[in-house]
Amino acid sequence: MNYTILAYETAEAYSARTDPNKQENYRAGWMAYSQVLREAGILVTGAGLQAPDTSTTVKLHNGQRMVQDGPYADTKEQLGGFYVINVPDLDTALGWAARCPAAIAGGVVEVRPNIQMPS
Amino acid sequence: MEDIDVRRVIETAARDSYGRLVAFLAARSRDVSAAEDALADAFASALETWPRNGIPGKPEAWLLTVARNRMTDARRHARVRSEAVPTLLMIADEAHAMADSNISFPDERLNLLFICAHSAIEAKARTPLMLQTLLGLDAVRIASAFLVQPAAMGQRLARAKRKIRDAKIAFEVPVASELPARLEAVLDAIYAAYGSSWDDVAGADPRRRGLSLEAIDLCRMLLRLMPEPEVNGLLALMLYCESRHKARRNAGGDYVPLSEQDTAHWSRPMIDEAEQLLKTAARSGRIGRFQLEAAIQSVHAQRAVTGHTDWEAIALLYEGLVVHAPTIGALVGRAAVVAEARDTAVGWGLLEVIPTETVKCYQPYWALAAHLLARLQRTDEARTAYGHAIGLCEEPAMREFLTRQLQTLSASSTG
Repeated sequence: MNYTILAYETAEAYSARTDPNKQENYRAGWMAYSQVLREAGILVTGAGLQAPDTSTTVKLHNGQRMVQDGPYADTKEQLGGFYVINVPDLDTALGWAARCPAAIAGGVVEVRPNIQMPS
Repeated sequence: MEDIDVRRVIETAARDSYGRLVAFLAARSRDVSAAEDALADAFASALETWPRNGIPGKPEAWLLTVARNRMTDARRHARVRSEAVPTLLMIADEAHAMADSNISFPDERLNLLFICAHSAIEAKARTPLMLQTLLGLDAVRIASAFLVQPAAMGQRLARAKRKIRDAKIAFEVPVASELPARLEAVLDAIYAAYGSSWDDVAGADPRRRGLSLEAIDLCRMLLRLMPEPEVNGLLALMLYCESRHKARRNAGGDYVPLSEQDTAHWSRPMIDEAEQLLKTAARSGRIGRFQLEAAIQSVHAQRAVTGHTDWEAIALLYEGLVVHAPTIGALVGRAAVVAEARDTAVGWGLLEVIPTETVKCYQPYWALAAHLLARLQRTDEARTAYGHAIGLCEEPAMREFLTRQLQTLSASSTG
């Protein structure tokens, strides 16, 4: 069963990405986590996302296209990346989610089962 | 009557008697869910009527009477399992008799503990079931401690309670021939509650404190009801670990490994109590896994008095432990201690022979491997191991500690 781990990061975590004193540890944490997922043989795919201020949203409002700068949800923690993992059950997925650097650094991690594609 | 007094009496009754009341009702009706629901109603009606009419002389008996009335009503109303009604009426009589006299109601909690850890109950439901039925913890709190979806935890608990009712699991203490195995299951379940808080080295956020204190409460309850040596051993073990709670972080909030902890921050009363328990257990002459684990912690505790750690004594105790209970934790622990007591390479040798498949996701293995490989100056392998230990870590302070170690390693190898 595939589950998606959505990693919502705090403002501090985003600033650590560019802080010369912190970026090495920041990056090392994510690399270590990605590596253990890979070696556990459960990583399907994943991506890290650039900072929320690089985001652009598109929607239709009364038939009019509306394009806006910035992320969709105006929340304290912002989506910073995701992993799709293949594990037997939700309990196992939650066990892996708890190790996600976003969760450890005070952010929030959401776990959702993927829709099963008919093969 | 001040509302606040009533609330305090109710809270005290809930804390001291919740498990006894559930156990008493469930032992007679075989229906744990119904017992809990009825008791919740009884507490609610206490909140409503006690401020008005005053606190009854025997609050527990009052709660029991109301609860069994609710159970009888619910059964009659549902018109199902009508054979249960006579039993409930019998409870009613007993409850009335007790409310009017000085007899206290029998303590059935030991039976309930054994039921919760019964082999017919799925293993991962046992600890949650104990925490809920004996201490009254809610499913959301239990789910968080065990990293399980709250709805799934609720279902797991409901399923276990249905099983107790439908399979008619007996409310009785196992016979002597079965006792050791059955008691071990009870102890394992209690220890699992303690283990749920292992990762929270910090203890800074009370919501994340885990269930260590609840585990200690359960074990104290069990010890009063059944003073077996291994029960003493488990309680001693948890108290030794708990005694170091404040020393696991320094003033700056950083993780401090056991060997570097300031013993002034250890809790002396907890250590003294643990020592006493371990002595009591030893008098029986029946050694077991938890007594050995507690003895290992006892040697560590000696550092507060002697100023040094007797690693050789710990290594010998580990030899005993891996014979009694060759768990991954014990094997990794032994390797760590042998590296400390004798020689890093010998310790690494013990770690190396543990099959990789069993430790692939076991964080303490990788943390130790990294530490030993660094000491053996096998820097590249150490770096890889640190990566695993960091990637598998759930605890912020521990993760920072490992990251710092990795940086030190990189700095020393390049500089």
